[in-house]
Amino acid sequence: MKTRKSIDPFWWSLFGTGGVIAALCLPALLFLNGVAIPLGWIEAPSYEHVLTLVKNSLTRLFLFVVISLSLFHWAHRFRFTLYDGLQLKHLNQLIAVLCYGTAMIGTIASLYTLWGL
Amino acid sequence: MQTTISLEIQRYRPEQESEPVYQSYEVPLRKDWVILDALNYIKDNLDGSLSYRWSCRMGVCGSCGMMANGTPVLTCATFLETYAPGPIRVEPLINFPVIRDLIIDMSEFITKLKQMKPWIVREEEQPLSDGEYLQTPDQLTEYKQYSMCINCMLCYAACPIVGLEPGFLGPAAIALAQRYNFDNRDQGKKQRTEILKEDNGIYECTFVGECSIVCPKSVDPAGAIQRYKVAAAAEWWKSLLLPWGNR
Amino acid sequence: MTINTQYTKFRPQRYQTRVPIFWWVHKWAHLRFITRELTSVFVAIYAFVLLFQLWALNQGAETYALFLAWLRTPISIGLHMVALLFVIFHSITWFNLAPKALVLRLGTKRVPDAVLIVLNYLAWGVLSVVIAWIMLKA
Repeated sequence: MKTRKSIDPFWWSLFGTGGVIAALCLPALLFLNGVAIPLGWIEAPSYEHVLTLVKNSLTRLFLFVVISLSLFHWAHRFRFTLYDGLQLKHLNQLIAVLCYGTAMIGTIASLYTLWGL
Repeated sequence: MQTTISLEIQRYRPEQESEPVYQSYEVPLRKDWVILDALNYIKDNLDGSLSYRWSCRMGVCGSCGMMANGTPVLTCATFLETYAPGPIRVEPLINFPVIRDLIIDMSEFITKLKQMKPWIVREEEQPLSDGEYLQTPDQLTEYKQYSMCINCMLCYAACPIVGLEPGFLGPAAIALAQRYNFDNRDQGKKQRTEILKEDNGIYECTFVGECSIVCPKSVDPAGAIQRYKVAAAAEWWKSLLLPWGNR
Repeated sequence: MTINTQYTKFRPQRYQTRVPIFWWVHKWAHLRFITRELTSVFVAIYAFVLLFQLWALNQGAETYALFLAWLRTPISIGLHMVALLFVIFHSITWFNLAPKALVLRLGTKRVPDAVLIVLNYLAWGVLSVVIAWIMLKA
C-alpha cells in the first residue's frame, strides 16, 4: 500500500488551466501566424512592430502563460494517453519524467527567450 | 414478417470449458419482449442450464446488466426489436471476472463502494433533542441525481480505464462519494477525498465519458468525477498556500 | 491460459478478459476520445513553434525573415492547417465538456450547461478578435 501524497491534483490543475488557455488562444494565434499571414491573406506585421509588441511586459506574460501552460496541458494529457492508449503503465516513471520534463524545459526556454529580448 | 430472432449467448461453464463459447438460440421476436424476456424464454423452454442474474425486470434492482452487441445495457429495458433482424450477441458485463455464463463477480465492486463511506458521516452527532437534520429542496437537488444509482455496474463495463486499471475505484463509487459530499448533512468529504485524490482515485479518470452515456438512471458519473477533480485540485492549492488553516 | 489451478468445487475458476492493446479502434466513441486526447500533441507542437518564432525574433530581423520564409513553405502551411484542425477540435471538445467540471451558481440556482457553453464560445470569439487586433493593429 502506497502512502505517498499524490501530486496529481497539482499536475491536473496545470492540465486544466492549460486546456482552457489553449482552447481560447491557440486557434487564433495558429491561424494568424501559421496560415493567414503565410498565405498572404493578411499582411504580415513588420519586424519592428512585432518586436515592440513583444517587448511590452503584458504581451510577454501572455505569451509565457500560453506557451508554458499549453505544454503542461500536453504533458499531463499525453502521459495518460500513453498509459491507457498503449498500456505503458509499467513505464510510469519514465513517461512522467519525459512529459513533465519536456514541459519544464519549454517553460525555462520561454522564460529565457521572452525576458532575454 | 420476421417471427423469430437469434441470440448468441456467451456460455462459460468452468467445469467444462476454460474459454467461453457462444451458443445460439432462436426465440420468438415479440414486440413487447425485452432481452431479459428472451433469456427467460430460453431458460424455461430451450435450455435450463443457462445462468444469469435478474430480479425486478423494471429497471430498479440493477441485476440484469449485460453486454448486448458490445454495449452494456439493462436487459430488462432493452427491446429485442431494436436489434432486428439480429442476431443479438449477449455477453456478461466486460471488465469483470466471469463466474458462469452471464454472471459476473462483483465482489471487487462492492469493496470499492464500501471504501467511499457511503453513509452520512458526522464529526459529532447532534443530540436527539435538537430534532432531525433539516434540508431544503435546493439542498436536496444538489445530490439527488447522484443518489439515483442502482449499482448496475454498466458504467464499469463502459469505462476503458476500469478494464485497464483494475484498482481504479470507478464511476459509480466516485458518484456515490459525491452523493454524500454534496449532502449538507454530511461531513465526511475530507475522508473521502483523502482516498480519491491518491492512486486509483479521480485522477485515474481521463474523461472518456462513456459511463454517463450508458447510465440508465442519468446519474452522470463522468460529471461527478470532473467536479471532484476541480474541487480536489482547489483543496490542494489551498493546503499549499494556507498550510496553517483547514486542518 | 491454464484452468483449474485453484479449482474447488464451490469456487470454480473465474474467467477474466484482457483489454486489447488497441482497444480504442473498435468503437467510434473511443476513437473520438483518443483523437481528443491527441489534440494535445498539436497544442504542444504549436507552443514550440511559437517559442521558436520568439527566438527568431530575438535573433534579429534577418533570422526573423528566414523564419517567416519557412512559414510560407507548403510543408509548413500544410502542417499548420492540420494542427489548426486539431487545435479547433480541442477547443470545441473542451468548451462542450467544461460544464461537466464547472458548476456556476446564480443565487441558489445552477447556471444551465447550455448557457455555460455559449459563454465559453463567446469568450473564445472575443479573445480571438482581441488577439488579432493587438497583433495586427495596435
